[in-house]
Amino acid sequence: MAPVLEMKNVEKHFGGVRAIDNFSVTLEQGKIHGLIGPNGAGKTTIFNNITGIYAPNSGQIIFDGKDITGSAPYKVAQLGIGRTFQNIRLFSNLSVMDNVIIASNLDATYNMADAFVKTRKYRAREKHLKEKALNLLEVVGLSDKAGERASSLPYGHQRKLEIARAMALDPKLLLLDEPAAGMNADESAELVNFVREIKERFDITILMIEHHMDVVTNLCDHVTVLNFGKTIAVGTPEEVKSNPEVIKAYLGGE
Amino acid sequence: MLDVLQSINNFLANLLHLNSYQQGIIILICVNIIAVLGMSVLTGFTRLFSFGNAGFMSIGAYAAAILTTRFNVNFLLAIVLASAFAGLIAFLLGSVTLRLKGDYFLITCLGFGECVRVLFNYTKNLTGGSAGYTGIPGYSSMFFSVACTILAFYIAWRFIHSKYGRNLTSIRENEVAAEAVGINVYRFKRMSFVFSAVYAGWAGTLYAGYLMYIVPSSFNLTKSCELITTTVIGGLGSLTGSVLGAIIVTVLPEIFRSMAEYRMLLYGIAVVLVIMLKPSGLYGYKEFSFKRMILWFKNLPQNMRNLPKKISAKFSGKKADPQAADNGGSQEGGQS
Amino acid sequence: MFLQQLVTGISVGGIYALLATGYSLIYSLLDFSNWAHGEVAMIGAYVALVVSSSLGGMPFVLASMIGIAGAAIVSYLNERIAYRRIRHNNSPNMFLMIAAMGLSTVYQQAANLIFTGKYRQFDFRLPVSTVQIGNTYLGVLDLASLVITAVILVGLIFLINKTQFGLNVRAIASNPYAAKVLGVKVDRSVASVFLLAGGLAGVAGILYGMKYNIFPTMGNVGLKAFIASVIGGLGSVPGAIVGAIVLGVIETLVSAYVSSSLRDFFSFALLIVLLLVKPSGLFGVDVQDKA
Repeated sequence: MAPVLEMKNVEKHFGGVRAIDNFSVTLEQGKIHGLIGPNGAGKTTIFNNITGIYAPNSGQIIFDGKDITGSAPYKVAQLGIGRTFQNIRLFSNLSVMDNVIIASNLDATYNMADAFVKTRKYRAREKHLKEKALNLLEVVGLSDKAGERASSLPYGHQRKLEIARAMALDPKLLLLDEPAAGMNADESAELVNFVREIKERFDITILMIEHHMDVVTNLCDHVTVLNFGKTIAVGTPEEVKSNPEVIKAYLGGE
Repeated sequence: MLDVLQSINNFLANLLHLNSYQQGIIILICVNIIAVLGMSVLTGFTRLFSFGNAGFMSIGAYAAAILTTRFNVNFLLAIVLASAFAGLIAFLLGSVTLRLKGDYFLITCLGFGECVRVLFNYTKNLTGGSAGYTGIPGYSSMFFSVACTILAFYIAWRFIHSKYGRNLTSIRENEVAAEAVGINVYRFKRMSFVFSAVYAGWAGTLYAGYLMYIVPSSFNLTKSCELITTTVIGGLGSLTGSVLGAIIVTVLPEIFRSMAEYRMLLYGIAVVLVIMLKPSGLYGYKEFSFKRMILWFKNLPQNMRNLPKKISAKFSGKKADPQAADNGGSQEGGQS
Repeated sequence: MFLQQLVTGISVGGIYALLATGYSLIYSLLDFSNWAHGEVAMIGAYVALVVSSSLGGMPFVLASMIGIAGAAIVSYLNERIAYRRIRHNNSPNMFLMIAAMGLSTVYQQAANLIFTGKYRQFDFRLPVSTVQIGNTYLGVLDLASLVITAVILVGLIFLINKTQFGLNVRAIASNPYAAKVLGVKVDRSVASVFLLAGGLAGVAGILYGMKYNIFPTMGNVGLKAFIASVIGGLGSVPGAIVGAIVLGVIETLVSAYVSSSLRDFFSFALLIVLLLVKPSGLFGVDVQDKA
């Protein structure tokens, strides 16, 4: 079976700095892959290269058999890559519900004339959007908050809403940028179950950046460890944890 | 056609006992409402800023004037063509300038508006230059203008309350996130820009058909600023607020004639205060609803009692609660 | 003839530069264009006018100093009363800009009510004579304004590049959060920049008033300065100076050799074309919104 995402020898420089140096990874369908490494190792830069916020200087990114190297972010999203952000980026002044509905804008296949005279097609599509959004909110446990302003939610709920929003794209691949950031042990344990449940239910592939080692150990099938843009180890969480280079990077790196 | 509209207008004017001065004010209100609705979609919902909308107004006005007088085009068709022409210009301009960031985009809009005005002044053979363009047929009767305004409001309302408006709002809230959920930000920004230009052009055509005489200097930077001012006072992110803002801003100086020279001064102060204390304006981020108004009146005594406290809290600025400050609107709603 | 136009152009550009650097400094700190900056210049000119004409015996230089101080204070108050509050509300940057637009309207209208729309002039006049160099004649006023501007701008560049104050400003410009963590008093530095920019605007207003007239809408010169700072690249002080001189020279040459009524058309057309080629101006940095 063809891999969901393949990155081949991707490089990204900023000025003279190599933010990512010769990075390669292959994501198999249905697996959870972790990206770990000290701050400034280039993890988020990898996300930004996949999602088209940056175009890599060289290398190739293939998603679902298509070359997406340097595609515009909205195109990458439309092809089926959903993401969350390290510093949450919700549509703060809009309702929880609207946050999710906006993300399923691809399902809104009516045109302007339909919208102006409210044709049957328009009403059917809008009804479908609402149901889909409610359904997703149900899954993440926010259906009772549908009418509230996104910014009024507590931090943990905002993270879940961001995931629900990403799922509204019906993605094949979900990119999670530090989903457990700022969570205590109980909360991150809950997050582990939550991510696993999402993965099972929607049959997706996940690439996640995470600092909490327990989250990584419990969730990830494979892990890539980065330091200063270079890949220093690849393997299962157990293998990686005992790798001397990794230990050095974490202890001496910062 | 024009005769029929005129007789309906006369009938209505008689029925409501409106003299021609009052009808004139209503027509000007309509012109402003349509222009401000365009501005509202652009600034209130997309958070794009244009100092060039007076330019689009003048394009609409001159195009309609030239079409009706030189080419004897029916005025309805002329209005449609002229507004569409303003939209086309916006499409072309936006295609190149909307890729620019923030203030760089803004200065090109401003420059565009000024260039249009200078050009209309310069091309004397076509536009009459600074002496103005005369002999435009007076098609903008009160009835017709009100009908146009209702139609304009309905279209804007449907536009905003469908996926188009939702996508624009997502750009306002967070551009990066909007792209990340598959919204082509550039395309929707351009759509919003064209929409606002069509509305500005539409307002311009009505303006020309009311005054029957136009000069380039009516569409200067001050006019663009006035449109933005009205939108801000009415409330960013609310169509009903924009309508209300346009009515207030047009009617107040007529009621307080002695205050007319303080008009722009007071609007300037109002804008600064609104942005500082209640950035959402009169009806920011939400629409007018009768239900909420009734609730508000029910709670009026209590609201009044709380008012001094609220005002002092606002001015002391101690309450460092960005959420509350950002969405002051929700506190006025009546649930307090 | 050409040389004469060139000198006039550069001296006009110098006045723009005094304002444009203010736009750039404020933009580099707060990421917004202080739309009310031109009106600050206007206020400086009026204060100097009122002081010099009502206190008859006062030397013009002293009156100018008071005018400059007045402009600096107004600029400071704009920040202290309006902008700071809006920033602390975490409002989007566009709101700062709208507030600035509102303030600009307020000042312009207030000046109109107090002084009427009449064109006024300082009592003090430089000799209208010209200096002959080779076979060209240069206005004394143009030369004086050029020298004053050059001295001030050199001082400004020194201030930004060589002093602790300049270091703080540059630190905030590159990363306000980091600057704060490192102990830079952000609000205080911002307020100082507003004082400084206001003072520069005051100088510009008085020079402009000497060259042309003093009138309530003279603040529209701020628009030219804004264009200049965009040409140079928003937030870049050297860029603003270069942009201002380029704009001043082009305007003067277009007025002289093409048509004075098309002058603004050319400036704006130039600006739009430039931005299409260089979207961040001549010296601007393309800042990407990092996810």
